[in-house]
Amino acid sequence: MQKIPITVEVNGRKASREVEPRLLLVHFLREALGLTGTKIGCDTSQCGSCTVHLDGMAVKSCTVLAVQANGSQVTTIEGLGNGELHPMQQAFWDNHGLQCGYCTPGMIMTATKLLEENPNPSDEEIRDGLEGNLCRCTGYENIVKAIRAAAETARGGS
Amino acid sequence: MAKYVGARQKRVEDPRLITGNARYLEDVQLPGMLHAAVLRSPYAHARIDSIDTSAASRLPGVVAVFTGQDFADLNPLPCAWQAGGVTNNANTPRVLEIDKVTHTGMGIAVVVAEDRYAAEDALAHIEVAYSVLPTVVDAKKATEAGAPQLHENAPDNICMTWECGDQDGTDRALGASDVVIREHLTNQRLIPTAMEPRGAIGSYDPGTEEYTVWMTSQAPHVMRLLMTAFVMGIPETKMRCLSPQVGGAFGSKIFLYPEYPMVAVLAQKLGRPVKWTESRQENYIATTHGRDHQTDFEVGALRDGTITALKVTTYANLGGTLSTIAPGIPTSLYGSMLSGTYKIPHLHCQVYGVYTNTAMVDAYRGAGRPEATFVIERAVDLVARELNLDPAEVRRKNFIQPEDFPYEPASNLLNGLAYDSGEYEKALERALEQVGYREFRQEQQEARQQGRYLGIGLSSYVEICGVAPSKWVGLPGEGWGAGLWESANVRVHLTGKTVVTTGSQSHGQGLETTMAQVVADELGIPIEDIEVKHSDTMSTPFGYGTYGSRSAAVGTIALYNSVQRIKEKARKLGAHMLEASEEDVVYQDGNVFVKGSPEQAKTIQEIAGAAAVAYDLPAGMEPFLDDTAYYDPPNCTYPFGTHICIVEVDTDTGRVEIKRYLSVDDCGPVINPLIADGQVQGGITQGIAQALYEFAAYDDSGQLLTASMMDYAIPKAEHLPHFENSHTVTPSPVNPMGIKGIGEAGTIASAPAVVNAVVDALSPFGIRDINMPLTPQAVWRAIQEAGR
Ligand code: FES
Ligand code: FES
Repeated sequence: MQKIPITVEVNGRKASREVEPRLLLVHFLREALGLTGTKIGCDTSQCGSCTVHLDGMAVKSCTVLAVQANGSQVTTIEGLGNGELHPMQQAFWDNHGLQCGYCTPGMIMTATKLLEENPNPSDEEIRDGLEGNLCRCTGYENIVKAIRAAAETARGGS
Repeated sequence: MAKYVGARQKRVEDPRLITGNARYLEDVQLPGMLHAAVLRSPYAHARIDSIDTSAASRLPGVVAVFTGQDFADLNPLPCAWQAGGVTNNANTPRVLEIDKVTHTGMGIAVVVAEDRYAAEDALAHIEVAYSVLPTVVDAKKATEAGAPQLHENAPDNICMTWECGDQDGTDRALGASDVVIREHLTNQRLIPTAMEPRGAIGSYDPGTEEYTVWMTSQAPHVMRLLMTAFVMGIPETKMRCLSPQVGGAFGSKIFLYPEYPMVAVLAQKLGRPVKWTESRQENYIATTHGRDHQTDFEVGALRDGTITALKVTTYANLGGTLSTIAPGIPTSLYGSMLSGTYKIPHLHCQVYGVYTNTAMVDAYRGAGRPEATFVIERAVDLVARELNLDPAEVRRKNFIQPEDFPYEPASNLLNGLAYDSGEYEKALERALEQVGYREFRQEQQEARQQGRYLGIGLSSYVEICGVAPSKWVGLPGEGWGAGLWESANVRVHLTGKTVVTTGSQSHGQGLETTMAQVVADELGIPIEDIEVKHSDTMSTPFGYGTYGSRSAAVGTIALYNSVQRIKEKARKLGAHMLEASEEDVVYQDGNVFVKGSPEQAKTIQEIAGAAAVAYDLPAGMEPFLDDTAYYDPPNCTYPFGTHICIVEVDTDTGRVEIKRYLSVDDCGPVINPLIADGQVQGGITQGIAQALYEFAAYDDSGQLLTASMMDYAIPKAEHLPHFENSHTVTPSPVNPMGIKGIGEAGTIASAPAVVNAVVDALSPFGIRDINMPLTPQAVWRAIQEAGR
């Protein structure tokens, strides 16, 4: 199959590869770049395990072609904290917002964008904002709690 | 002095999980690794007439294509738990089917290619000729005359007919009851849906003739045994199994699946490692499902609400072939728990395990106990309804009382085991008080006047945990093909840093934290000095893995016992170092000292160092602080509690809104409340999901209609309430820590709490029951049919 050259800036570093036009962004990240923190949980764009930031938006990377990301900036869970724990990661840890951890990278990537858009969400707004992310382990109670805590930290409370 | 046990200790495994650094199976890359894709039958019942793989084999990137014939020398997968005391007409899958399929999704060919895209592409180029056969998907219909027959050795599709209890006594007691209530319940089919799909990687070393298999398994040691000794016919010493970070399981990853031995053999045939991971669609059609019971029961009671007898007949759908422990679930773990938290003098249960043209059904979180709890908790509510009594009052009246323990439910259903301890009423009262039961009943009345329908549902459950005692569960008892003890090894290294290995397997439960908490307290060292390792058959002692809420009540106790022996050895060595006599020294908080002189202590670190360098040991003492314990408990443990759900039903749309959900659970002393509450919340969610949302639907031809996350309704955050969780603490006398287990309690308790609440809300319409899931359509229809 014909391959197309692309360059994507991932976690602040430019990566150039030749890819099949049908290659999914999630496979590009995981297999071409070895960034396996982004997970795959479904094949119908439901679970959100694959959520990354693409040019500042939270997207499901299983639903974007790698060629569509050509010239774009991508942040994955590996690049979120710039070598430290991002406050959202810290909040998930502090509040037991994860069990098996498989949904967690996607949850955290969605949650950080959610707070950017709405820094002071109600529980209901948090739950609505997680509409595209499934967790089978936690019942969401502590995920909601973690996001609320991260919001409080960001607003300077504690 | 407990410092860690009982504390809300943050999990030690989390840093790697929240940063994307955890290595799940799909993240493992080996040099030269190939990728496999499995061709699965689109038909639920068919003969395979021919398979032509030639076109697929020629495609670019394809390395090889194999069919069932290429694996004909391997045995079919074993069924390791055949229900006790009856004939189990076992039929199990092969690595790839050769001449016949009995459900959609059975593997019939495998493509191995340089990458996954190429492997998947090639599947479409394999030509298969099938003779399609008639199908049956309903367990009861499968036993009727004229139903399509799936297996020659199972006439009328009956795999086994199992019973427990005393039929005559139960019939007599029903006859003598003031009221007898009959009901038909379905416990619908569910799909476990762990967020991480299943997968496996095989590699083979021709030099040592050894296989290494990575897999998403809850029980890697058991998998190694089953694959080598039962399927491949090689010594188990020639295989290493690893189950790295596992992304949830809920039972579905206990079992041996065809793809695990398949990747091992493929790696050997091709001389390169081979990886297979399932798509979500494969997960839905080819990984096990759960539940799928049709039950008729009769419950007898006296006017005052005393329950006199319970008679249950259940058709359990086992699928097209048997999964690894399928027959044990609707028998040992179901029939024996039907008495619930109540003293029911007469009980009889008859179970038919039935083959149908559907995916294999096996353990799913709770495994048998949610089904049993659903029957008894619905039955108790129906008794209350019939006699116009308060459902809380009927529960109180029939509860097994604290002084009745150890309690054996009617007719020795547990085959010699007895409920260990419980204060059922205390948990109920706590829950009623927290929810404000009396006030709620008032509010409910007022709401009804305004045309609003509120309901409250109680569920007072007991479950069986720490599934183990080998002599109970093993072949002569319940038919499990082996013991069910657990193992642990503790090694205190020269510097005092400690490595714990366990036969348990953590796939979200946080065992690396809870086990470290126990060791830290017992040894008296900081939790940072402890590493808990699991899930590699090469570096951990043989163990049976994690399921049946057994990692606390069995696995952790093995660990506890091992630490006691380490401490005893350290105490003796410490005495030697202090030049004191053994009888005079004590071990306390990581120090050994002569009683009354704690200032002259030897620390565990110093003692570990002395044990390791070993130039001055007491006569006869072996070097090193290293101990392996194998723990086989004398009994199971029986956690219990009461859950309460409050709902509002919109009678125009049929929509159910959960307004409050409250749990009071008793799992004995809690090692880590943060983790225990998390387990309860996740468990409750899966029960609510069953009550309101989820249903694995097959059409009559055996096609799964809910084969994607688009169609199978696993709940989102917006579908769930906030949970109010609390505990009572009744220690178990079974083990030295008094712990009982908590992984499944939430799921076991919650479905009946929700259904009881909805039925309570709709009682003014005369509605007594609605089949799960209580979707808006189901509720709306029930209201319409009831008429106003
Ligand atoms: S993998 Fe499920 S939404 Fe992308
Ligand atoms: S933590 Fe397991 S799926 Fe969310």
